[in-house]
Amino acid sequence: MSHDFPFFGKFPLADYIDDGLDWLTDTFSGLTRAISNVLGDGVDGVVLLLTFPPPWLVILIFAGVAWLAAGRRVAIGTAAGLLFLWNLQLWQATIETLTLVLFATAVAVAIALPIGILGGLSERFHRATMPVLDFMQTMPAFVYLIPAIPFFGLGQVSAMFATVIFSMPPAIRLTILGIRQVPRELVEAADAFGASRRQKLFKVQLPLAVPTIMAGINQTIMLALSMVVIAAMIGAGGLGGEVWRAIQRLQPGNGFEAGIAIVILAMILDRVTQRIGRKSGP
Amino acid sequence: MQQPKIAVKNLTKVFGDPPHLALKLMEEGHDRKEIQQRTGLTLGIADVSFDVAQGEILVVMGLSGCGKSTLIRCLNRLIEPTAGQVLIDGEDITELSNKALLSLRRRKFGMVFQNFALFPHRTILQNTAFGLEICGMGQDEREQRAIQALQLVGLEGWEQAFPSQLSGGMQQRVGLARALAVDPDILLMDEAFSALDPLIRRDMQQELINLQARVKKTIVFITHDLDEALRLGDRIVLMKDGRVVQIGTAEDILSSPASRYVERFVEDVDKTQILTAGGIMRDARVLALPTDGPRTALHKMEKESFYSLFVVQQDGTLEGYVWADDVGRAIEQGDRQIAPHVQRDHQTVAPEEPVSTLIAMLADSRIPVAVVDEAGRLLGTIVKSNVLAALAAGQSDQTTTATTVPALDKTSEDAHES
Repeated sequence: MSHDFPFFGKFPLADYIDDGLDWLTDTFSGLTRAISNVLGDGVDGVVLLLTFPPPWLVILIFAGVAWLAAGRRVAIGTAAGLLFLWNLQLWQATIETLTLVLFATAVAVAIALPIGILGGLSERFHRATMPVLDFMQTMPAFVYLIPAIPFFGLGQVSAMFATVIFSMPPAIRLTILGIRQVPRELVEAADAFGASRRQKLFKVQLPLAVPTIMAGINQTIMLALSMVVIAAMIGAGGLGGEVWRAIQRLQPGNGFEAGIAIVILAMILDRVTQRIGRKSGP
Repeated sequence: MQQPKIAVKNLTKVFGDPPHLALKLMEEGHDRKEIQQRTGLTLGIADVSFDVAQGEILVVMGLSGCGKSTLIRCLNRLIEPTAGQVLIDGEDITELSNKALLSLRRRKFGMVFQNFALFPHRTILQNTAFGLEICGMGQDEREQRAIQALQLVGLEGWEQAFPSQLSGGMQQRVGLARALAVDPDILLMDEAFSALDPLIRRDMQQELINLQARVKKTIVFITHDLDEALRLGDRIVLMKDGRVVQIGTAEDILSSPASRYVERFVEDVDKTQILTAGGIMRDARVLALPTDGPRTALHKMEKESFYSLFVVQQDGTLEGYVWADDVGRAIEQGDRQIAPHVQRDHQTVAPEEPVSTLIAMLADSRIPVAVVDEAGRLLGTIVKSNVLAALAAGQSDQTTTATTVPALDKTSEDAHES
């Protein structure tokens, strides 16, 4: 029995998408290559910078940053976690992953903040972005990898592209939420004193939205980390690469080592960004 | 004649679209409820006109939902009026461009809000300096002026605290300081003291009166509380269902039950037979005996801020009353008793006397009316605000059966418009 649609042939959706992507690739290849080079060099540079000094020095610096941002307990945890990763001989991979995640998060936040602010201020824009965000979040993350390769070539930048798209929605959503939940009477008070829209945004709405926005950035970082393993399939390397290799060679021990490393990294990033979010609260 | 500071002319606000349907019905004389039913539009305020003179405190009073909050927001166009004019110093602000409007709000208006609306992420100093910051004033200068404003409301030393560290009364002082810091011509106060507990509220009212004596702003004050309106208002605008029912001094409103609003109060009250002198009187807690020494009597009066005191015999029979001035003189003359100074031109009523009689009696009386039984014993006293509060409470009980609209009554002083 055939499952073919009886009335007319298959709607060539896949072909249309391919054609569209081909066109995009051809038209913007100059641009995407340039982006790819700049970001690739940036990631490589930071990785080099962090792997050049002895690991204990880098761990000390990270622990210091954690102390300043989140206090003593988180600092001790950070140092212990990173020492453990060093011991597991995953230092290089950890630094690669961390760099990739931070780059992707920076790009995602840079795009998400303005979109979120617009969505927070304009109900119409908010309604227009919602379906797009749903699409971005529910589309299986693997799918983003396929067009990323022709755009940016195999490797870290493609991985970053897919990661940015996958991890951006929470930052947008929570920025929108943060701005919308600013009490109406406070916005009214700002209005009553003659505040312009810009003054209202920067003196009242954004400062009051910061804790919520930080929660969104925290979510973005976590999603970016979870994308790391998937991105390893297109040569992103790092801890995801270690997991991927263990899968292919059926080495559960190595796989778990790399997996635990990702968990440790996630915990460090989560605690530090959460504390920053709470501290910036009113 | 001097130009009014604020002139409101035929101001109307319709919520919903398209507003002209409601305007047409309004002009044909339909009321808010009918318009709501026929068009689905809400008539916020309807054809409101009044003037506010330079340096005057105008109180706009009415029940929840009567449009008073909408009205005050139309004065600085936080709410865009549908029709009519608002003239500030003769300039029609409904015509202003957006930019000119912002500039007007910065120069001429300070606003104080019911729930304070302080910015939680800013210190008290930064909150107070907010309006000046919006005007683009440099940090040193605006902080200096903010400190002065905080001194004006008695909050020096709290500059670096955050709003959450302050009590409600103190927070509203900050709200007041924030409005005063920009040195506006006009203060808009939207139920400014309604969220405070009664004792603090009285303090704040007194403080506003003292402050006003110094700063001489033009103040539009919104309240649902009759006592507050009577205390603060040079004149009172009574509103109901979006319309102005009466404008006048406290005395005008007390002494002219001819006005429809007050008349309807009285009618409703008569029908229900609730409001008699005995029902609304307050206990005469503080009394003097004819044999009391003048110092004792004066002390009692000072403690309660009374100008006069009722004098009763040991068995409770009302003898008369004394003036504080006379008692003071008695002390100077070295009198041992207040008996020679007792006045007897007080007015008395029986407890079953209806409230409508009381209004007329109180209109030109400087002392409370005494409620006495057949034997002439003092049962209680009635002052003007007792009568109006009771009338208003009786009214609101009848009009708000389904909803929990706060009554204009002492017992619901904590309730406020949301």
